[in-house]
Amino acid sequence: MSELKQELKEKIIDILNLEDLSPSDINNNDALFGDGLGLDSIDALELIVMLDKDFGIQLTDPKQGKEIFKSISVLADYIAEHRKK
Amino acid sequence: MNSCYIHSAVSISAQNSFELEFLELFEISGKNVEAIAPNYKEYISPMVLRRMATGVKMGVAAASKALQNANIDKPNAILTGTGMGCIEDTEKFLNSIIANDEEFLTPTSFIQSTHNTVGAQIALGLQCKAYNNTYVHGALSFESALLDGLLMVQNEETKNVLVGGVDELGTEFVDYVRMLEDQNPNGIKVPIGEGASFFVLSSEKKHNVVELLGIKTSSKLSIHSLQNELIAFLSHHHLKPDSIDVLILGNNGDSFDDYYDEASKAFPQETINLSYKQFCGEFYTASAFGLFLGCEILKSQQIPETLLQHKAQKTSLKTILLYNQFKGRDHSFILLRQC
Repeated sequence: MSELKQELKEKIIDILNLEDLSPSDINNNDALFGDGLGLDSIDALELIVMLDKDFGIQLTDPKQGKEIFKSISVLADYIAEHRKK
Repeated sequence: MNSCYIHSAVSISAQNSFELEFLELFEISGKNVEAIAPNYKEYISPMVLRRMATGVKMGVAAASKALQNANIDKPNAILTGTGMGCIEDTEKFLNSIIANDEEFLTPTSFIQSTHNTVGAQIALGLQCKAYNNTYVHGALSFESALLDGLLMVQNEETKNVLVGGVDELGTEFVDYVRMLEDQNPNGIKVPIGEGASFFVLSSEKKHNVVELLGIKTSSKLSIHSLQNELIAFLSHHHLKPDSIDVLILGNNGDSFDDYYDEASKAFPQETINLSYKQFCGEFYTASAFGLFLGCEILKSQQIPETLLQHKAQKTSLKTILLYNQFKGRDHSFILLRQC
């Protein structure tokens, strides 16, 4: 699980061009949106595409995203349970 | 009818044009030459900056500094000219369509691949809901934006207008263009470049500003009618060829440089002839760098030594004419006067 969390942090930094951050700057329980990393709705779309492309997970209900993208820990748990790739 | 003054001119180019007080130009070489990037974080917040491609960063930073220098928070209009638009994100988006078999299309590069992204991002950053237009018209893109701005100021529609020209190199398309030019013995000899130059036009006369007297554009112009067109343009502004102190030409080394040779024949020997594309490269909005140079020369009353082919005899520089064309098309005349 810790490998998946590390992979997710690296992917998020790369996909969202968070140039000033390194994986160690993101705590597993930090909020990804709002006060935490400060991501926004366009970033959410990028993360949805990443889930589909890299893990074979298609989010059909937009409300799901709000819960799944809460933090790295929550996201990693969801991926571990639902991944098809 | 109001007069139109240029209150500030800022350029990001292959030269140190953004930071320096006055230009010390150096000749550039290579196939394609990137612009020198300033510290964008001084002008754009990091969370916004991370999504921006080169052209957007250049445009927003140059526009911000132009407004700062003119002491304006929000302009009454934002006019942008671009020949290739946001080619970097367009290439990224199209390549991702091919690589992913038309699936998994990411939104950022798509959203930012439109030609009006620069104008839109400037407006978003300023929270400016004023008239905002982007002109995409080959080598007349910047001139079209400038003409719109000039008419708005002259016709008293508005007081302060932000006008600029932006083009970025991108990563792939430019290589094919370069390849085609290199295969043609009469092709473009200067590097292909990129840059963003922004200007604040205003109806308010201030000390040591440059007046934009007029612009004329023609999609097609025969080399035989060029001199007559130039003289007619000057007459329209009550000037003669001997009133022009400096002629700034867009030579790029290709066979269409004949147009510039023909144009310079209309002027007396004392007129100083300068060309600038060996310093900024050729791109659709390179003429905006030419206008930036013209403004700098009039304001400082100095011509960078590297620009001069012969020692200049002129003691004062009052009137400048810029002439540009691309491949024998998209001709533009821009007339400037020191105030």
